[in-house]
Amino acid sequence: MASYSTNQFKPGLKIMLDGDPCNIVENEMVKPGKGQAFNRVKVRNLLTGRTIERTFKSGDTVEGADVVDMEMQYLYTDGNEWHFMNPSTFEQLQTNAQVMGEAAQWLKGQEMCSVTLFNGSPIAVTPPNFVVLRITKTDPGVRGDTATGGTKPATMETGAVVRVPLFIEEGSLLKIDTRTGEYVSRAKEE
Amino acid sequence: MDWRPTASRAALARRAEILALIREHFAAQGVLEVDTPLLGLAAAGDPALSSFRVELHGSPRYLQTSPEYAMKRLLAAGSGDVYQICKAFRDEEDGPLHRPEFTLLEWYRLGFDHHALMDDVAALLARVLPGLALERATFAALARRCGAPDPHLARDEELAAWAAALGFRASAGEATDRLLLLDLLLSEVVRRAWPPGQGGFVYDFPVGQAAYARIRPGSPPIASRFELIVDGVELANGWHELGDGAGQRARHAAEDAVRRARGQAPRAPDPRLLAALDHGLPDCAGVALGVDRLVMLATGARELGAVLAFGADWT
Repeated sequence: MASYSTNQFKPGLKIMLDGDPCNIVENEMVKPGKGQAFNRVKVRNLLTGRTIERTFKSGDTVEGADVVDMEMQYLYTDGNEWHFMNPSTFEQLQTNAQVMGEAAQWLKGQEMCSVTLFNGSPIAVTPPNFVVLRITKTDPGVRGDTATGGTKPATMETGAVVRVPLFIEEGSLLKIDTRTGEYVSRAKEE
Repeated sequence: MDWRPTASRAALARRAEILALIREHFAAQGVLEVDTPLLGLAAAGDPALSSFRVELHGSPRYLQTSPEYAMKRLLAAGSGDVYQICKAFRDEEDGPLHRPEFTLLEWYRLGFDHHALMDDVAALLARVLPGLALERATFAALARRCGAPDPHLARDEELAAWAAALGFRASAGEATDRLLLLDLLLSEVVRRAWPPGQGGFVYDFPVGQAAYARIRPGSPPIASRFELIVDGVELANGWHELGDGAGQRARHAAEDAVRRARGQAPRAPDPRLLAALDHGLPDCAGVALGVDRLVMLATGARELGAVLAFGADWT
């Protein structure tokens, strides 16, 4: 893998730190009028998800991380493993609940996801920003109440629980933002 | 092609006003405005600075990283108090707070020490940023405020442990490079000594960070240097100048040793500067202040492009 000098640092660059692949979130060059320059970076550990701050002497080099994001189609889960397919090569791969994390609760099948591979193995799955899911369970809708701003929990067909406005009925299709886990709008039947 | 200015008309007007305030400040005190060459024979002595090399009929010249050398020659020749507003050029410096080409205000006051010069800097700042109270504290006191070791007294290992806890990733052999760790400590003071919107002077540095400041003997010896920091931005750097030519030559030699140790090419000192220093520099204190940054702070901008007519032409 290539190594990178601090002057190549920029958000999105993947580097190895303490043996873990990390993504640079922020990079600030600190160059005083007199003396040594430093790069102060915020990096997210791609295995743990934790964001940490690191400072490097400007000009130092670090090893790059062999991390790629691949667009893959989610196929199904057997409860232990989640199966994905590369739609152009039809190559398949499997991953587990730990790697799936929060993503699992938004997927029912066929969705295009971004699968992050480190040295060829999946380490993270990012679902589409928006998904459309049907409500399987919620309290009866309060008719006409579109203005009070109250919410109630609703269980979706994938098991995810989302706060929805009071007027929403069981069986409705909803558009949900997977980044925030929030209700966006009602969706039309296809 | 995007040919339009990066600064608003209002920001440019504020910039012009600030330049007028600076000239007023010095005119009122009888400090002479001067104008020295930007093209010189010598590159910067500071190992951390990178000069632009250009060619004159095929032989190397360097764009000046500050007007220091030429202004010191004026002082040695008996100019008296002088100031200059000019462009300075530094390669490998770009970012929200850095431009490879920027405007510097540099001035020298005869018979001043670093405390008297801080008074003068504060008086100038009061014209441009009225209402801003500037605290004065030693580097050691501000390091303590930031929970960092004493820059003069801490052992190398203590500094290294502090830096590691901060997330500093030293490369091989540099974990206890004292000068490097002190520079890191200073960068933390710049960032954290004062809350957003406030600032002050940090003064009295360890001898390793003396630059061209006088050193007061003692235990520990102290370099009579200061920095002005406002809103987490380093605005000015000044010191009570070393008086004698031999001392200045010794500092140049020390810079060259650092450069060699870091595997950088040696740089010939400016022969005219050395001759002037041998002739004798009067007792004085000098400071350089980043004008673009000052205008940025005065207009509430967060990056330099907003106060430069064409802040992205170098890209």
